[in-house]
Amino acid sequence: MNAADTGFITICAALVLIMTPGLAFFYGGLGRRKNVANNIMTSFFCIGVGIAMWCIVGFSLSFGADHGGVIGGFEYLFMNGVETAEDTFAPTIPLLAFAMFQMMFAVITPALIAGSIAGRMRFKALFFFVVLWSLVVYYPVAHMVWGGGFLAQIGSIDFAGGNVVHISSGVSALVLCKMLGRREGYESVSYRVHNVPLVAIGAALLLFGWFGFNAGSALAANELAVHAFATTAIAAAAAELSWMLLDVFTCGKPTLVGASTGIVIGLVAITPGCGYVPLGAAFIIGFSASIVCFFAVSVIKKKFGYDDALDAFGCHGIGGIWGGILTGVFASQGVNPAIRWNGLAFGDWHLFVAQLAAIVITIVIAIVGTIVCAKLVGLICPLRVSERDERVGLDISQHGERAYPSFNGLDD
Amino acid sequence: MFKVEAIVREEALEDVKQALFDIEVRGITVSQVMGCGTQMGYMHYVRGSASTMTMLPKVKFEVVVSTAEWADKCIKAICGTSRSGRVGDGKIFCYEIDRAVRIRTGEEGVAAIQPGPPETDEDE
Repeated sequence: MNAADTGFITICAALVLIMTPGLAFFYGGLGRRKNVANNIMTSFFCIGVGIAMWCIVGFSLSFGADHGGVIGGFEYLFMNGVETAEDTFAPTIPLLAFAMFQMMFAVITPALIAGSIAGRMRFKALFFFVVLWSLVVYYPVAHMVWGGGFLAQIGSIDFAGGNVVHISSGVSALVLCKMLGRREGYESVSYRVHNVPLVAIGAALLLFGWFGFNAGSALAANELAVHAFATTAIAAAAAELSWMLLDVFTCGKPTLVGASTGIVIGLVAITPGCGYVPLGAAFIIGFSASIVCFFAVSVIKKKFGYDDALDAFGCHGIGGIWGGILTGVFASQGVNPAIRWNGLAFGDWHLFVAQLAAIVITIVIAIVGTIVCAKLVGLICPLRVSERDERVGLDISQHGERAYPSFNGLDD
Repeated sequence: MFKVEAIVREEALEDVKQALFDIEVRGITVSQVMGCGTQMGYMHYVRGSASTMTMLPKVKFEVVVSTAEWADKCIKAICGTSRSGRVGDGKIFCYEIDRAVRIRTGEEGVAAIQPGPPETDEDE
Protein backbone atom coordinates (compact mmCIF):
# COMPACT_ATOMS: atom_id res chain seq x y z
CA MET A 1 0.00 0.00 0.00
CA ASN A 2 1.41 3.36 -1.08
CA ALA A 3 0.79 6.18 1.37
CA ALA A 4 0.92 8.98 -1.20
CA ASP A 5 -1.56 7.25 -3.51
CA THR A 6 -3.92 6.38 -0.68
CA GLY A 7 -3.85 9.90 0.74
CA PHE A 8 -4.38 11.39 -2.71
CA ILE A 9 -7.33 9.16 -3.59
CA THR A 10 -8.97 9.67 -0.22
CA ILE A 11 -8.82 13.43 -0.63
CA CYS A 12 -10.04 13.17 -4.22
CA ALA A 13 -13.03 11.21 -2.96
CA ALA A 14 -13.94 14.15 -0.75
CA LEU A 15 -13.47 16.51 -3.70
CA VAL A 16 -15.86 14.45 -5.80
CA LEU A 17 -18.40 14.55 -3.02
CA ILE A 18 -18.41 18.36 -2.89
CA MET A 19 -19.51 18.30 -6.52
CA THR A 20 -22.92 17.04 -5.46
CA PRO A 21 -23.78 20.07 -3.31
CA GLY A 22 -22.13 22.17 -6.01
CA LEU A 23 -24.47 20.71 -8.57
CA ALA A 24 -27.35 21.30 -6.16
CA PHE A 25 -26.58 25.03 -5.97
CA PHE A 26 -25.94 25.27 -9.71
CA TYR A 27 -29.37 23.82 -10.47
CA GLY A 28 -31.01 25.63 -7.56
CA GLY A 29 -29.90 29.03 -8.80
CA LEU A 30 -30.90 28.26 -12.38
CA GLY A 31 -34.39 27.23 -11.47
CA ARG A 32 -37.37 29.13 -10.17
CA ARG A 33 -37.48 30.76 -6.78
CA LYS A 34 -40.46 28.74 -5.66
CA ASN A 35 -38.64 25.47 -6.39
CA VAL A 36 -35.15 26.23 -5.11
CA ALA A 37 -35.24 24.09 -1.97
CA ASN A 38 -36.63 21.20 -3.99
CA ASN A 39 -33.99 21.59 -6.69
CA ILE A 40 -31.25 21.49 -4.06
CA MET A 41 -32.93 18.63 -2.23
CA THR A 42 -32.96 16.47 -5.35
CA SER A 43 -29.17 16.45 -5.18
CA PHE A 44 -28.84 16.38 -1.42
CA PHE A 45 -30.93 13.29 -0.92
CA CYS A 46 -28.70 11.47 -3.39
CA ILE A 47 -25.92 11.82 -0.85
CA GLY A 48 -27.88 9.70 1.59
CA VAL A 49 -29.31 7.23 -0.90
CA GLY A 50 -26.16 6.96 -2.99
CA ILE A 51 -23.81 6.26 -0.12
CA ALA A 52 -26.19 3.88 1.63
CA MET A 53 -26.96 1.86 -1.48
CA TRP A 54 -23.33 1.75 -2.53
CA CYS A 55 -22.23 0.37 0.78
CA ILE A 56 -25.01 -2.19 0.84
CA VAL A 57 -24.96 -3.54 -2.70
CA GLY A 58 -23.68 -0.99 -5.18
CA PHE A 59 -19.96 -1.53 -4.86
CA SER A 60 -20.46 -5.24 -5.12
CA LEU A 61 -22.58 -5.01 -8.25
CA SER A 62 -20.24 -2.53 -9.92
CA PHE A 63 -16.88 -4.01 -9.06
CA GLY A 64 -17.56 -7.55 -7.96
CA ALA A 65 -16.58 -10.56 -10.04
CA ASP A 66 -17.85 -10.28 -13.58
CA HIS A 67 -21.05 -11.96 -14.74
CA GLY A 68 -21.57 -11.98 -18.49
CA GLY A 69 -19.66 -8.74 -18.96
CA VAL A 70 -22.71 -6.89 -17.68
CA ILE A 71 -22.76 -6.87 -13.91
CA GLY A 72 -20.73 -7.79 -10.85
CA GLY A 73 -21.76 -10.09 -8.05
CA PHE A 74 -22.84 -10.06 -4.43
CA GLU A 75 -19.56 -10.99 -2.80
CA TYR A 76 -19.13 -7.54 -1.25
CA LEU A 77 -22.67 -7.23 0.09
CA PHE A 78 -22.67 -4.76 3.02
CA MET A 79 -18.99 -4.18 2.18
CA ASN A 80 -18.23 -7.63 3.52
CA GLY A 81 -14.57 -8.48 3.00
CA VAL A 82 -13.68 -5.20 1.32
CA GLU A 83 -11.12 -4.29 3.92
CA THR A 84 -9.23 -7.55 3.51
CA ALA A 85 -9.58 -8.21 -0.21
CA GLU A 86 -6.90 -7.52 -2.76
CA ASP A 87 -7.33 -4.36 -4.83
CA THR A 88 -7.05 -5.36 -8.47
CA PHE A 89 -8.40 -2.08 -9.77
CA ALA A 90 -5.88 0.19 -8.05
CA PRO A 91 -3.06 -1.97 -6.70
CA THR A 92 -1.31 0.71 -4.66
CA ILE A 93 -4.31 1.71 -2.54
CA PRO A 94 -6.62 -0.27 -0.26
CA LEU A 95 -9.75 -1.61 -1.95
CA LEU A 96 -11.87 0.38 0.47
CA ALA A 97 -10.23 3.62 -0.67
CA PHE A 98 -11.09 2.72 -4.26
CA ALA A 99 -14.62 1.86 -3.17
CA MET A 100 -15.04 5.18 -1.36
CA PHE A 101 -13.74 7.11 -4.35
CA GLN A 102 -16.09 5.31 -6.71
CA MET A 103 -18.94 5.78 -4.26
CA MET A 104 -18.90 9.53 -4.78
CA PHE A 105 -19.47 9.02 -8.49
CA ALA A 106 -22.50 6.91 -7.70
CA VAL A 107 -23.77 9.80 -5.56
CA ILE A 108 -23.52 12.55 -8.14
CA THR A 109 -24.73 10.66 -11.20
CA PRO A 110 -28.42 10.35 -10.23
CA ALA A 111 -28.35 13.93 -8.97
CA LEU A 112 -27.59 15.09 -12.52
CA ILE A 113 -30.88 13.67 -13.77
CA ALA A 114 -32.81 15.99 -11.51
CA GLY A 115 -31.86 18.93 -13.69
CA SER A 116 -34.27 18.00 -16.42
CA ILE A 117 -37.28 17.22 -14.29
CA ALA A 118 -37.07 20.31 -12.11
CA GLY A 119 -40.31 21.88 -11.04
CA ARG A 120 -42.75 19.08 -11.66
CA MET A 121 -41.62 15.69 -10.33
CA ARG A 122 -43.08 14.29 -7.15
CA PHE A 123 -40.26 13.92 -4.66
CA LYS A 124 -41.44 10.50 -3.52
CA ALA A 125 -41.40 9.33 -7.13
CA LEU A 126 -37.89 10.71 -7.67
CA PHE A 127 -36.68 8.98 -4.53
CA PHE A 128 -37.81 5.56 -5.70
CA PHE A 129 -36.66 6.31 -9.21
CA VAL A 130 -33.11 7.02 -8.04
CA VAL A 131 -33.04 3.79 -6.04
CA LEU A 132 -34.17 1.73 -9.03
CA TRP A 133 -32.10 3.64 -11.60
CA SER A 134 -28.92 3.08 -9.62
CA LEU A 135 -29.56 -0.65 -9.70
CA VAL A 136 -30.78 -0.90 -13.29
CA VAL A 137 -28.55 1.63 -15.07
CA TYR A 138 -25.68 2.98 -13.01
CA TYR A 139 -24.18 -0.16 -11.46
CA PRO A 140 -24.29 -2.13 -14.75
CA VAL A 141 -22.76 0.72 -16.78
CA ALA A 142 -20.09 1.34 -14.15
CA HIS A 143 -19.30 -2.34 -14.24
CA MET A 144 -19.21 -2.45 -18.01
CA VAL A 145 -16.84 0.51 -18.29
CA TRP A 146 -14.69 0.30 -15.16
CA GLY A 147 -15.42 -3.05 -13.57
CA GLY A 148 -13.92 -5.06 -16.39
CA GLY A 149 -17.16 -5.61 -18.22
CA PHE A 150 -18.21 -5.55 -21.84
CA LEU A 151 -17.53 -1.93 -22.75
CA ALA A 152 -14.00 -2.12 -21.43
CA GLN A 153 -13.48 -5.41 -23.28
CA ILE A 154 -14.31 -3.86 -26.66
CA GLY A 155 -11.59 -1.31 -26.08
CA SER A 156 -13.63 1.80 -25.41
CA ILE A 157 -12.12 4.18 -22.88
CA ASP A 158 -13.62 6.48 -20.29
CA PHE A 159 -11.15 7.94 -17.86
CA ALA A 160 -13.35 9.65 -15.30
CA GLY A 161 -16.91 8.91 -16.27
CA GLY A 162 -18.04 10.59 -19.47
CA ASN A 163 -20.08 7.48 -20.27
CA VAL A 164 -20.77 6.21 -16.81
CA VAL A 165 -21.79 9.52 -15.32
CA HIS A 166 -22.70 12.06 -17.95
CA ILE A 167 -24.11 10.18 -20.91
CA SER A 168 -26.08 7.78 -18.75
CA SER A 169 -27.59 10.52 -16.60
CA GLY A 170 -28.01 13.02 -19.42
CA VAL A 171 -29.91 10.63 -21.67
CA SER A 172 -31.95 9.32 -18.74
CA ALA A 173 -32.79 12.92 -17.94
CA LEU A 174 -34.08 13.46 -21.46
CA VAL A 175 -36.24 10.36 -21.37
CA LEU A 176 -37.63 11.18 -17.95
CA CYS A 177 -38.46 14.76 -18.86
CA LYS A 178 -40.32 13.53 -21.93
CA MET A 179 -42.27 11.07 -19.80
CA LEU A 180 -43.15 13.75 -17.27
CA GLY A 181 -44.22 16.33 -19.80
CA ARG A 182 -43.56 20.02 -19.87
CA ARG A 183 -44.00 22.44 -17.04
CA GLU A 184 -47.15 24.56 -16.92
CA GLY A 185 -46.71 27.71 -18.90
CA TYR A 186 -43.57 26.40 -20.57
CA GLU A 187 -44.11 28.32 -23.78
CA SER A 188 -44.36 31.67 -22.06
CA VAL A 189 -41.92 31.34 -19.21
CA SER A 190 -39.19 28.92 -20.13
CA TYR A 191 -36.31 30.36 -18.14
CA ARG A 192 -36.24 31.91 -14.72
CA VAL A 193 -32.72 32.11 -13.35
CA HIS A 194 -33.68 33.31 -9.93
CA ASN A 195 -30.32 33.46 -8.19
CA VAL A 196 -27.29 34.17 -10.34
CA PRO A 197 -24.68 34.16 -7.55
CA LEU A 198 -25.92 30.74 -6.44
CA VAL A 199 -25.28 29.44 -9.96
CA ALA A 200 -21.75 30.82 -9.77
CA ILE A 201 -21.14 29.24 -6.36
CA GLY A 202 -22.38 25.95 -7.71
CA ALA A 203 -20.11 26.16 -10.73
CA ALA A 204 -17.18 27.04 -8.47
CA LEU A 205 -17.71 24.00 -6.25
CA LEU A 206 -18.18 21.81 -9.30
CA LEU A 207 -14.93 23.10 -10.81
CA PHE A 208 -13.01 22.61 -7.57
CA GLY A 209 -14.36 19.13 -7.02
CA TRP A 210 -13.91 18.12 -10.64
CA PHE A 211 -10.16 18.20 -10.22
CA GLY A 212 -10.64 15.34 -7.79
CA PHE A 213 -13.10 13.67 -10.17
CA ASN A 214 -10.63 13.71 -13.07
CA ALA A 215 -7.19 13.64 -11.49
CA GLY A 216 -8.25 11.07 -8.90
CA SER A 217 -9.36 8.73 -11.65
CA ALA A 218 -5.68 8.03 -12.24
CA LEU A 219 -6.07 6.06 -8.99
CA ALA A 220 -2.54 7.05 -7.97
CA ALA A 221 -0.54 10.19 -7.25
CA ASN A 222 1.43 10.07 -10.47
CA GLU A 223 2.12 11.95 -13.71
CA LEU A 224 -1.11 10.70 -15.22
CA ALA A 225 -3.07 12.32 -12.42
CA VAL A 226 -1.22 15.57 -13.02
CA HIS A 227 -1.89 15.28 -16.74
CA ALA A 228 -5.59 14.80 -16.06
CA PHE A 229 -5.52 17.83 -13.76
CA ALA A 230 -3.99 19.92 -16.54
CA THR A 231 -6.38 18.83 -19.28
CA THR A 232 -9.27 19.48 -16.90
CA ALA A 233 -8.12 23.04 -16.21
CA ILE A 234 -7.52 23.79 -19.88
CA ALA A 235 -10.82 22.39 -21.08
CA ALA A 236 -12.80 24.24 -18.42
CA ALA A 237 -11.10 27.51 -19.30
CA ALA A 238 -11.51 27.07 -23.06
CA ALA A 239 -15.17 26.22 -22.65
CA GLU A 240 -15.85 29.18 -20.37
CA LEU A 241 -14.26 31.61 -22.81
CA SER A 242 -16.04 29.97 -25.71
CA TRP A 243 -19.45 30.35 -24.07
CA MET A 244 -18.72 33.96 -23.18
CA LEU A 245 -17.90 34.60 -26.85
CA LEU A 246 -21.13 32.91 -27.90
CA ASP A 247 -23.07 35.08 -25.49
CA VAL A 248 -21.50 38.18 -26.98
CA PHE A 249 -22.28 37.06 -30.54
CA THR A 250 -25.87 36.10 -29.84
CA CYS A 251 -27.09 38.64 -27.36
CA GLY A 252 -24.40 41.24 -27.02
CA LYS A 253 -23.10 40.71 -23.50
CA PRO A 254 -21.17 37.92 -21.72
CA THR A 255 -23.27 36.64 -18.85
CA LEU A 256 -22.25 35.14 -15.53
CA VAL A 257 -24.75 32.32 -16.00
CA GLY A 258 -23.19 31.64 -19.38
CA ALA A 259 -19.66 31.68 -18.02
CA SER A 260 -20.65 29.30 -15.21
CA THR A 261 -22.37 27.01 -17.68
CA GLY A 262 -19.38 27.07 -20.00
CA ILE A 263 -17.08 25.96 -17.19
CA VAL A 264 -19.31 23.01 -16.36
CA ILE A 265 -19.61 21.99 -20.00
CA GLY A 266 -15.86 22.04 -20.52
CA LEU A 267 -15.47 19.84 -17.46
CA VAL A 268 -18.08 17.40 -18.73
CA ALA A 269 -16.50 17.17 -22.15
CA ILE A 270 -12.98 16.52 -20.92
CA THR A 271 -14.11 13.88 -18.41
CA PRO A 272 -13.84 10.79 -20.64
CA GLY A 273 -10.51 11.81 -22.14
CA CYS A 274 -8.67 13.75 -19.43
CA GLY A 275 -6.11 11.02 -18.89
CA TYR A 276 -5.81 10.07 -22.55
CA VAL A 277 -5.64 13.21 -24.70
CA PRO A 278 -2.68 15.57 -25.11
CA LEU A 279 -2.84 19.00 -23.46
CA GLY A 280 -3.36 20.76 -26.79
CA ALA A 281 -6.39 18.63 -27.53
CA ALA A 282 -7.95 19.83 -24.29
CA PHE A 283 -8.21 23.32 -25.77
CA ILE A 284 -10.09 21.97 -28.75
CA ILE A 285 -12.35 19.73 -26.68
CA GLY A 286 -13.29 22.51 -24.28
CA PHE A 287 -13.76 25.22 -26.88
CA SER A 288 -15.89 23.08 -29.18
CA ALA A 289 -18.00 21.60 -26.38
CA SER A 290 -19.46 24.97 -25.49
CA ILE A 291 -20.44 25.58 -29.09
CA VAL A 292 -22.08 22.19 -29.44
CA CYS A 293 -23.97 22.47 -26.16
CA PHE A 294 -25.00 26.08 -26.79
CA PHE A 295 -26.55 24.89 -30.02
CA ALA A 296 -28.23 21.99 -28.25
CA VAL A 297 -29.63 24.19 -25.52
CA SER A 298 -30.85 27.07 -27.63
CA VAL A 299 -31.78 25.59 -30.99
CA ILE A 300 -32.35 21.85 -30.64
CA LYS A 301 -34.29 22.07 -27.41
CA LYS A 302 -36.66 24.64 -28.87
CA LYS A 303 -37.07 22.72 -32.10
CA PHE A 304 -38.00 19.45 -30.44
CA GLY A 305 -39.88 21.10 -27.66
CA TYR A 306 -38.77 18.92 -24.75
CA ASP A 307 -38.68 20.65 -21.39
CA ASP A 308 -35.20 19.84 -20.14
CA ALA A 309 -35.66 22.42 -17.43
CA LEU A 310 -32.09 22.98 -16.34
CA ASP A 311 -30.36 21.42 -19.35
CA ALA A 312 -29.24 18.15 -17.85
CA PHE A 313 -29.35 16.57 -21.30
CA GLY A 314 -28.16 19.67 -23.13
CA CYS A 315 -25.07 20.04 -20.97
CA HIS A 316 -24.26 16.64 -19.53
CA GLY A 317 -25.75 14.35 -22.12
CA ILE A 318 -24.57 16.20 -25.19
CA GLY A 319 -21.33 17.28 -23.51
CA GLY A 320 -20.58 13.71 -22.50
CA ILE A 321 -21.34 12.36 -25.96
CA TRP A 322 -19.20 15.02 -27.63
CA GLY A 323 -16.37 14.41 -25.18
CA GLY A 324 -16.57 10.67 -25.74
CA ILE A 325 -16.38 11.12 -29.50
CA LEU A 326 -13.45 13.53 -29.29
CA THR A 327 -11.69 11.11 -26.94
CA GLY A 328 -11.88 8.66 -29.81
CA VAL A 329 -10.20 11.30 -31.96
CA PHE A 330 -7.45 12.60 -29.70
CA ALA A 331 -6.53 9.75 -27.36
CA SER A 332 -2.85 8.96 -27.50
CA GLN A 333 -0.75 6.08 -26.26
CA GLY A 334 1.98 8.64 -25.77
CA VAL A 335 -0.08 10.14 -22.97
CA ASN A 336 -1.40 6.87 -21.53
CA PRO A 337 0.09 3.58 -22.73
CA ALA A 338 -2.72 1.59 -21.16
CA ILE A 339 -5.08 2.16 -24.09
CA ARG A 340 -5.38 -0.37 -26.88
CA TRP A 341 -5.35 1.99 -29.88
CA ASN A 342 -4.58 5.58 -30.71
CA GLY A 343 -7.29 8.02 -31.65
CA LEU A 344 -8.38 9.11 -35.11
CA ALA A 345 -6.05 12.12 -35.11
CA PHE A 346 -3.11 9.74 -34.80
CA GLY A 347 -4.16 7.58 -37.69
CA ASP A 348 -6.12 4.71 -36.10
CA TRP A 349 -9.90 4.30 -36.49
CA HIS A 350 -10.41 1.36 -34.07
CA LEU A 351 -10.71 3.43 -30.93
CA PHE A 352 -13.07 5.88 -32.61
CA VAL A 353 -15.41 3.07 -33.57
CA ALA A 354 -15.20 1.54 -30.11
CA GLN A 355 -16.08 4.90 -28.59
CA LEU A 356 -19.08 5.29 -30.86
CA ALA A 357 -20.22 1.77 -30.02
CA ALA A 358 -19.86 2.40 -26.29
CA ILE A 359 -21.78 5.66 -26.54
CA VAL A 360 -24.62 4.05 -28.44
CA ILE A 361 -24.81 1.12 -26.04
CA THR A 362 -24.82 3.43 -23.04
CA ILE A 363 -27.58 5.51 -24.61
CA VAL A 364 -29.69 2.44 -25.25
CA ILE A 365 -29.22 1.17 -21.70
CA ALA A 366 -30.09 4.59 -20.32
CA ILE A 367 -33.25 4.87 -22.40
CA VAL A 368 -34.52 1.39 -21.68
CA GLY A 369 -33.51 1.49 -18.04
CA THR A 370 -35.15 4.85 -17.45
CA ILE A 371 -38.42 3.78 -19.04
CA VAL A 372 -38.46 0.61 -16.97
CA CYS A 373 -37.67 2.42 -13.72
CA ALA A 374 -40.18 5.18 -14.35
CA LYS A 375 -42.93 2.71 -15.18
CA LEU A 376 -42.19 0.74 -12.01
CA VAL A 377 -42.25 3.90 -9.92
CA GLY A 378 -45.51 4.85 -11.61
CA LEU A 379 -47.05 1.79 -9.97
CA ILE A 380 -46.32 3.27 -6.55
CA CYS A 381 -47.32 6.89 -7.11
CA PRO A 382 -47.76 9.36 -9.98
CA LEU A 383 -44.49 10.76 -11.29
CA ARG A 384 -45.76 14.28 -11.66
CA VAL A 385 -47.07 16.64 -9.00
CA SER A 386 -50.63 17.91 -9.19
CA GLU A 387 -51.25 21.11 -11.10
CA ARG A 388 -51.91 23.07 -7.94
CA ASP A 389 -48.72 21.78 -6.32
CA GLU A 390 -46.77 22.84 -9.37
CA ARG A 391 -48.24 26.33 -9.27
CA VAL A 392 -47.65 26.80 -5.57
CA GLY A 393 -44.11 25.54 -5.97
CA LEU A 394 -42.41 22.34 -4.98
CA ASP A 395 -40.70 23.86 -1.96
CA ILE A 396 -44.04 24.22 -0.25
CA SER A 397 -45.86 21.28 -1.77
CA GLN A 398 -43.13 18.65 -1.46
CA HIS A 399 -41.12 19.85 1.52
CA GLY A 400 -43.23 22.36 3.41
CA GLU A 401 -40.34 24.81 3.34
CA ARG A 402 -40.01 28.39 2.17
CA ALA A 403 -36.50 29.02 0.93
CA TYR A 404 -36.37 32.77 1.48
CA PRO A 405 -38.44 35.13 3.62
CA SER A 406 -40.48 37.45 1.43
CA PHE A 407 -38.38 40.17 -0.10
CA ASN A 408 -39.44 42.99 2.16
CA GLY A 409 -38.39 41.08 5.22
CA LEU A 410 -41.65 39.75 6.58
CA ASP A 411 -40.70 36.28 7.86
CA ASP A 412 -43.59 33.95 7.35
CA MET B 1 -55.13 66.28 1.48
CA PHE B 2 -53.59 64.73 -1.59
CA LYS B 3 -51.62 61.56 -2.14
CA VAL B 4 -48.97 61.57 -4.85
CA GLU B 5 -48.10 58.08 -6.01
CA ALA B 6 -45.10 57.90 -8.33
CA ILE B 7 -43.82 54.74 -10.01
CA VAL B 8 -40.31 55.42 -11.21
CA ARG B 9 -37.21 53.56 -12.41
CA GLU B 10 -35.14 51.73 -9.81
CA GLU B 11 -32.08 53.84 -10.59
CA ALA B 12 -34.06 57.03 -9.94
CA LEU B 13 -34.64 56.12 -6.29
CA GLU B 14 -31.89 58.26 -4.74
CA ASP B 15 -32.50 61.25 -7.02
CA VAL B 16 -36.24 61.37 -6.38
CA LYS B 17 -35.75 60.97 -2.64
CA GLN B 18 -33.27 63.84 -2.60
CA ALA B 19 -35.52 66.02 -4.77
CA LEU B 20 -38.44 65.52 -2.36
CA PHE B 21 -36.23 66.31 0.65
CA ASP B 22 -35.01 69.45 -1.16
CA ILE B 23 -38.57 70.83 -1.42
CA GLU B 24 -39.10 70.18 2.32
CA VAL B 25 -41.36 67.17 1.94
CA ARG B 26 -41.15 64.85 4.91
CA GLY B 27 -43.09 61.65 5.09
CA ILE B 28 -42.38 59.32 2.19
CA THR B 29 -43.10 55.61 1.75
CA VAL B 30 -41.03 53.68 -0.77
CA SER B 31 -41.80 50.20 -1.97
CA GLN B 32 -40.40 47.80 -4.57
CA VAL B 33 -42.92 46.87 -7.21
CA MET B 34 -43.11 45.04 -10.52
CA GLY B 35 -45.03 46.45 -13.40
CA CYS B 36 -45.48 47.03 -17.07
CA GLY B 37 -46.78 49.74 -19.29
CA THR B 38 -48.01 49.63 -22.85
CA GLN B 39 -44.68 48.30 -24.12
CA MET B 40 -45.11 44.98 -22.22
CA GLY B 41 -41.56 44.42 -21.09
CA TYR B 42 -38.53 43.35 -23.05
CA MET B 43 -36.72 40.34 -24.51
CA HIS B 44 -34.41 38.58 -22.09
CA TYR B 45 -31.76 36.03 -23.08
CA VAL B 46 -30.60 33.13 -20.93
CA ARG B 47 -28.06 30.65 -22.32
CA GLY B 48 -29.07 31.45 -25.85
CA SER B 49 -32.79 31.14 -25.30
CA ALA B 50 -34.97 34.21 -25.48
CA SER B 51 -38.04 34.86 -23.41
CA THR B 52 -40.18 37.93 -22.90
CA MET B 53 -40.10 39.47 -19.44
CA THR B 54 -43.37 41.31 -19.09
CA MET B 55 -43.00 42.66 -15.56
CA LEU B 56 -40.10 44.97 -14.78
CA PRO B 57 -38.93 46.02 -11.34
CA LYS B 58 -39.77 49.60 -10.42
CA VAL B 59 -39.84 51.74 -7.29
CA LYS B 60 -43.00 53.34 -5.95
CA PHE B 61 -43.05 56.54 -3.89
CA GLU B 62 -46.10 57.49 -1.89
CA VAL B 63 -46.29 61.00 -0.42
CA VAL B 64 -49.29 62.56 1.31
CA VAL B 65 -49.38 66.39 1.27
CA SER B 66 -51.83 68.94 2.60
CA THR B 67 -52.79 70.97 -0.50
CA ALA B 68 -53.07 70.69 -4.27
CA GLU B 69 -50.29 73.26 -4.53
CA TRP B 70 -47.95 70.97 -2.57
CA ALA B 71 -48.96 68.02 -4.75
CA ASP B 72 -48.04 70.07 -7.76
CA LYS B 73 -44.62 70.89 -6.26
CA CYS B 74 -44.00 67.19 -5.60
CA ILE B 75 -44.99 66.17 -9.10
CA LYS B 76 -42.73 68.78 -10.65
CA ALA B 77 -39.82 67.70 -8.45
CA ILE B 78 -40.27 64.03 -9.25
CA CYS B 79 -40.65 64.60 -12.97
CA GLY B 80 -37.68 66.92 -13.02
CA THR B 81 -35.25 64.39 -11.57
CA SER B 82 -36.52 61.12 -12.96
CA ARG B 83 -37.38 62.02 -16.53
CA SER B 84 -34.83 60.48 -18.87
CA GLY B 85 -36.86 60.63 -22.06
CA ARG B 86 -36.76 56.85 -22.60
CA VAL B 87 -39.63 54.39 -22.44
CA GLY B 88 -40.03 53.13 -18.88
CA ASP B 89 -39.70 56.43 -16.98
CA GLY B 90 -42.91 55.66 -15.08
CA LYS B 91 -46.16 57.25 -14.05
CA ILE B 92 -47.50 59.56 -11.34
CA PHE B 93 -51.04 59.34 -9.96
CA CYS B 94 -52.66 61.81 -7.65
CA TYR B 95 -55.57 61.05 -5.34
CA GLU B 96 -57.58 62.99 -2.87
CA ILE B 97 -57.40 61.58 0.63
CA ASP B 98 -60.23 62.09 3.07
CA ARG B 99 -58.61 61.02 6.31
CA ALA B 100 -55.13 60.82 7.85
CA VAL B 101 -54.14 59.79 11.39
CA ARG B 102 -50.83 59.99 13.28
CA ILE B 103 -50.67 56.78 15.25
CA ARG B 104 -48.38 58.07 18.00
CA THR B 105 -50.61 60.96 19.12
CA GLY B 106 -53.97 60.24 17.52
CA GLU B 107 -53.98 63.58 15.64
CA GLU B 108 -56.17 63.67 12.57
CA GLY B 109 -56.36 65.59 9.34
CA VAL B 110 -53.71 68.01 8.12
CA ALA B 111 -52.15 68.11 11.61
CA ALA B 112 -51.34 64.42 11.20
CA ILE B 113 -49.11 65.00 8.20
CA GLN B 114 -47.38 68.12 9.46
CA PRO B 115 -44.51 68.02 11.97
CA GLY B 116 -46.02 66.80 15.23
CA PRO B 117 -45.39 67.56 18.92
CA PRO B 118 -41.89 66.60 20.12
CA GLU B 119 -41.48 63.22 21.79
CA THR B 120 -41.59 63.29 25.59
CA ASP B 121 -38.54 61.92 27.43
CA GLU B 122 -40.29 59.88 30.11
CA ASP B 123 -39.83 56.49 28.43
CA GLU B 124 -36.07 56.75 27.88
